[in-house]
Amino acid sequence: MDSSIVISGVNKTFPTPHGVVVALQDINLEIRTGEFVCLLGPSGCGKSTLLNAVAGFSLPSQGLIKVNGQAVTQPGPDRGMVFQEYALFPWMTVAQNVGFGLEIKKLPKADIRSRVDALLKLLKLSEFAERFPRDLSGGMRQRVAIARILALDSPILLMDEPFGALDALTRRSLQDELLRIWSELGKTVLFVTHSIEESIFLADRIVVMTYRPGTIKQDIRVTLPRPRDSASPEFNGLKRELSELVSSEQARHEDAERRALTTD
Amino acid sequence: MTEGSQRFKGVLLILAILALWEAVGLLGWVNAKVLPPPHAVAIKWWEYLAPQQPYDPDSGSRLAWLLSGELIQDAMGSLYRVLAGFIVGTLLALPMGLLMGASRQVYQLCNPLLQILRPIPPIAYIPLSILWFGLGNPPAIFLIAIGAFFPVLMNTIAGVRAVDGIFLRAARNLGASRSTIFLRVILPASTPYILTGMRIGIGTAFIVVIVAEMIAVNNGLGFRILEAREYFWSDKIIAGMLTIGLIGLAIDQAMSLLNNHLLRWHRGLEH
Ligand SMILES: Nc1ncnc2c1ncn2[C@@H]1O[C@H](COP(=O)(O)OP(=O)(O)OP(=O)(O)O)[C@@H](O)[C@H]1O
Ligand SMILES: [Mg+2]
Repeated sequence: MDSSIVISGVNKTFPTPHGVVVALQDINLEIRTGEFVCLLGPSGCGKSTLLNAVAGFSLPSQGLIKVNGQAVTQPGPDRGMVFQEYALFPWMTVAQNVGFGLEIKKLPKADIRSRVDALLKLLKLSEFAERFPRDLSGGMRQRVAIARILALDSPILLMDEPFGALDALTRRSLQDELLRIWSELGKTVLFVTHSIEESIFLADRIVVMTYRPGTIKQDIRVTLPRPRDSASPEFNGLKRELSELVSSEQARHEDAERRALTTD
Repeated sequence: MTEGSQRFKGVLLILAILALWEAVGLLGWVNAKVLPPPHAVAIKWWEYLAPQQPYDPDSGSRLAWLLSGELIQDAMGSLYRVLAGFIVGTLLALPMGLLMGASRQVYQLCNPLLQILRPIPPIAYIPLSILWFGLGNPPAIFLIAIGAFFPVLMNTIAGVRAVDGIFLRAARNLGASRSTIFLRVILPASTPYILTGMRIGIGTAFIVVIVAEMIAVNNGLGFRILEAREYFWSDKIIAGMLTIGLIGLAIDQAMSLLNNHLLRWHRGLEH
């Protein structure tokens, strides 16, 4: 099955009272079916904006995004999104949140039940099945959001810093789990992260973005064999290379923010 | 302080005021016709509450006899009107509010009319309501429905408009249809607002019922207070007023229980 993503000549601008913000400029990116791509870049460089465009929530101002050969015009369950803000439904229990996508697909109740149970177990949430999101910690909410998308079984996963709120141990085990699901089910993954280490651990390709305008600075292929060893010299060599790329963007970002502060 | 001792102090304050009130009567500072002492009110209250006829097994069950007192009949009459009017008002306001909140076109179409009608107090409809519905329950229910309608409507509109867009995105991402989004996302997300509107609405209904009863019907707590005034029965007036207060409190408590149950998922809820 084809679940490639082709992004060509995409621009995205936001009109604001302080002028036009160019969030994305001339983004060209091709992601093959089954590829795992990480987007890396400083805060505010347009990672969420790009993901939202692929998801079909906010279409590009210019350019075209094709998924599976077809232009993206609206959201759909073929592109499951894990939101940076989790976006759990607070009035549904954990189990209801995870099962909601299956309910929409009109699966039989027993099937939903068993699938939800399996996912909750996988994400170590079984005891919390009947709780409401307000009773959960940030990391637990994030896991529920991930379970909700895994339940959908979409061929494409769009993940916006899905592990950002997790402690190192949980984070590591979920990374392993995601890699297992990805390689077993052949999903295409577009994964946003702030963490250089995480991107090297996960990705086939790392796309480094620049800050304002958001453009692609570098597209790096990671060929290290999996599972990747963060202590290996190759891993660390790549990490150093990426650090330099990212920190120069980071500096521009901080500069810009300081300037914004002084002019306000 | 602990909640228990705080509540105890609240009861103490009420007792202190009662004692002061009684003392003012005993010392002869006020005319008992103008402000009867609490014990007189209590006696009158009991008379008003108790069945007027001795129990007669031939005329009906013991429960019916127990409920045959004037006060209980009045209270049930008032409650019936409040509930009927409130339900009519809410059933009209809820779908309209959901529609106006969800659709900009409908909102822009209906809003000017609403803004003109909203400031008209329900009381101002009394002459028209009697002209249209005559005397008895119908005009009273009409007035109460108007009183409940606007708070429910305005809060429902606000609730739908305040639904966080991220929930709509998440639902669309899961493949939800428009009707699913409406029923499973917009409706529950706006429930806190809707319930607030209903709570205000039932409070308004309770105010309106008393006024409506003073004009259009010949039973109910409002009617009885006005009737007692004709005979200078201040003790009965006060007994009726306190009954209104207690029933209002009971209704508000019931609403708050419903609130806590429906919003058990809601953040920042005091249990
Ligand atoms: N709706 C909007 N209106 C105006 N500006 C916006 C809007 N959404 C995003 N932006 C701007 O576009 C830029 C990119 O935002 P985006 O959320 O995509 O960044 P990000 O890379 O996801 O950042 P972070 O890592 O902090 O999540 C930011 O400068 C932001 O201020
Ligand atoms: Mg973001």
